[in-house]
Amino acid sequence: MGFPHKSHPKETVVLSQYFGDAEARTYKGWVKRGGYEALAQALKMEPNAVTDIVKESGLRGRGGAGFPTGLKWTFMPKEKKKTHYLCVNADESEPGTFKDREIMRWTPHALLEGTAIAAHAIRAEIAYIYIRGEFTEPWTIMSRALEEANAAGVFGGIKVYLHRGAGAYICGEETALMNSIEGKRGNPRIKPPFPAAAGLFGLPTTINNVETLAAVPHIIKRGAAWYKGLCLSNPKSTGTKLFSVCGHVQRPGNYELTMGFPLKALLYDICGGPPQGRTLKACIPGGSSVPILTREETEATLLDYEGVVATGSMLGSGGVIVFDDSADMVYQIMRLAKFYAHESCAQCTQCREGTAWTTKIMERILAGQGKTKDLDLLLDLSENMTGKTICVLSDSCAAPIVSGIKKFRGEFEAYLAGKRQPVMVG
Amino acid sequence: MADGMINLTIDGAPVSVPPGTLVIEAAKQAGVLVPHYCYHPGLPVAGVCRMCLVEIEKAPKLAIACATTVTEGMVVKTQTAPAKDARQGVLEFLLINHPLDCPICDQAGECELQDFVFQEGRARTRYGEFAKRFNPVEDFGPDVLYVPNRCILCTRCVRFMEDVAKEPVLNVSERGDRAFIGIHPEARLDHPWAGNVVDLCPVGSLLSKDFLHKARAWELDKTASICTGCSQGCNITLDTRDEVVVRVRPRPNLEVNRYFICDHGRMHYKWMNRGDRIEAPLVRRDGELKATDWDEALARVQAILRGASGKAVALVSAGASSEALALVKRLLSGFSWTGAFQIVMGEEAPLAGVPNLALRAERAPNAKGAENLGYTREYTQALAAATTAAVVLVLDDADCAVETNGALIYLGTVLGDNAACRRADVILPITNVAEEEGTFTNRDGRDQRYDQAKPAPGMAQPAAWILGELISAMGLAGAPR
Repeated sequence: MGFPHKSHPKETVVLSQYFGDAEARTYKGWVKRGGYEALAQALKMEPNAVTDIVKESGLRGRGGAGFPTGLKWTFMPKEKKKTHYLCVNADESEPGTFKDREIMRWTPHALLEGTAIAAHAIRAEIAYIYIRGEFTEPWTIMSRALEEANAAGVFGGIKVYLHRGAGAYICGEETALMNSIEGKRGNPRIKPPFPAAAGLFGLPTTINNVETLAAVPHIIKRGAAWYKGLCLSNPKSTGTKLFSVCGHVQRPGNYELTMGFPLKALLYDICGGPPQGRTLKACIPGGSSVPILTREETEATLLDYEGVVATGSMLGSGGVIVFDDSADMVYQIMRLAKFYAHESCAQCTQCREGTAWTTKIMERILAGQGKTKDLDLLLDLSENMTGKTICVLSDSCAAPIVSGIKKFRGEFEAYLAGKRQPVMVG
Repeated sequence: MADGMINLTIDGAPVSVPPGTLVIEAAKQAGVLVPHYCYHPGLPVAGVCRMCLVEIEKAPKLAIACATTVTEGMVVKTQTAPAKDARQGVLEFLLINHPLDCPICDQAGECELQDFVFQEGRARTRYGEFAKRFNPVEDFGPDVLYVPNRCILCTRCVRFMEDVAKEPVLNVSERGDRAFIGIHPEARLDHPWAGNVVDLCPVGSLLSKDFLHKARAWELDKTASICTGCSQGCNITLDTRDEVVVRVRPRPNLEVNRYFICDHGRMHYKWMNRGDRIEAPLVRRDGELKATDWDEALARVQAILRGASGKAVALVSAGASSEALALVKRLLSGFSWTGAFQIVMGEEAPLAGVPNLALRAERAPNAKGAENLGYTREYTQALAAATTAAVVLVLDDADCAVETNGALIYLGTVLGDNAACRRADVILPITNVAEEEGTFTNRDGRDQRYDQAKPAPGMAQPAAWILGELISAMGLAGAPR
């Protein structure tokens, strides 16, 4: 539901059913709406049985990578010898993405319930919910909800803590997030070891996204078959997904769609298309880190993990950034590069130096001082920044550069040829 | 091949290594040095410089050799086009903000950035006219300067202070290309082992103030030696230029000092270059010391020894070689013999992250060797015994406050401020540790050789040579050949 808009008939409202309903934020209100029934049910089950249901449902990670959630849970040690941790990634910082924020703002108990179920499934005694530093309102709401839930004693033996980030994009990367919780600098770690073997404080850890966990109570309550049935295209992508649409559309906001829903219908039917008199030019379908789609590609895309890959991008976090014909793609891409240059943790050479250099070249092109070989240089730098670093921040910087130059080369060349009014940035 | 070993191929060469070995270490065994910056065998793996990217057959992408453990049948290729391109890319990124001030940089000539850029970097920059990052030089501690412009953020220094010294005063501050090595605002880099960060730094970013602009790396001669700073026996390299010791650096020995030496040892070399050395044998003639040649000096010592009997006392330095100490004992074998050494004590300063490694309280390298040969720590008693001894031999102990009615023979490097040795009947100039070869026995009983780094001044000779000459001239049993 695209709060503050009314729910659109084409949406499938599961997670967002109570967006805008202030009463659902309270423990009482949540229980009245059937909340915490799934948790009570799950706590009576064997952990493995819970995992099996989630596995069967086909639920995949909503944070960006789309890794099957149930499968991830099975990576935890079979024999429990040490403390297990669950980390909830609520550090939603991907530009263009604002779905987890709404989940926490309106249905904090949905997240807490999903967290407790997941913790039970992986036999974790402690769960940390790592909330983005800038999320002041969600933080307050989550704190209140956690207080109420603790007072009601719904978690069984599971301890849930909120941990507040300090405003670093990279702390949304799972291993950086663990370092941050440990009180260290938020630098991604080299894998292996993977978190399930040695994660938070060196102990077995699973990390899940807010939206992923918010879906878990629904799956437990309504069954894996129901969730699996929510599928319009590829059977490997099931359930509903929140899409945060921003940019040049008439009704931006969060919309919950069944997997496989056409992107064209989302943009035109639900979001009202580009503003009057403008036409769609491009779209980034999965948050700023994924390749840009042209209009033709956008209109042919089906919104599920496989569908977006088929047209050359990735579903990512579901942050849909829309550009109409008034958008200056060179400027937009420079903005993205600048973001990554600012947020690079400075560990890996390619990322630390490459993101900044890329930004400088982009700014030079915009200022009308680009050189003809700059595009080739950008592509070569991007090649050196892809697949060679600890985490994918550097790849994320390279993705829009590569797809942007490939798909909107004309706009770059216009700057290089002096046919466009230079833009001063800095 | 041996049981329990992992077999793999690196650039076509088969190697067999224990399980758990890192590819970068296995490559060394195959004679392949994978270029790297952040990796150091004495530090925890960071995997951040991304320089050691290599191709591993069947792996989906390039892997870093420093964080990949070997598996059976692994095929590693370091010289394929993708691996070389990736490393060239890293070098290019490292250089865009690196000042090319090699002509005034102390690291030039022993700089890993220089070496690998020369080996496989680009000939020309593509960074163009962009300004390089600039940060002013910072004073980190008593002997360490930080030149942030040259820093490649390999974090070796940070990891050394955090994981080896266990005093985490350094960090990476800021993010992205603004990052630099920061120091705790209220701290100094004054840990007793902090100087190691200078050796660990692969570029000229962390510099020793002591060595600052003193010499160019290619002018230095390097000699394997043993530190004389304490009884730990750290293995060191003496760097000399124009026959002057200008720097002491650790020489890896996993059993003794791993890759490190303490700052006390690092600075404990200036005395090796003293200018006020005894350069000729001196004999007492008409109550005055006169310079002479070796023949007369040795003849005088023989005469003294042949003409005396009864009690002999040897007062020696615990910094003398085991060879010299053994020969002193043999030379005095016809007497009723007492030998003792005195030893300067200081504060013990352990390196927390390495077991059994510390700057030891006993500030001499060969106390154990002396003890093994029968010398005692009962120096005061020996001094008392010396008053009535027929012969007193002082070896390399310039400050020895000896009083004797017998004959006094002094083998030393300097005359010292104390008048006692100046009253000797014969003074024989000897070499110091940098001018001879010999053996020390460290506190754990490990015998370690040191080599000669520079020539002796004047007519000075190694104490072992002098004593050997005397023993054979006197026809004593077991004379060295």
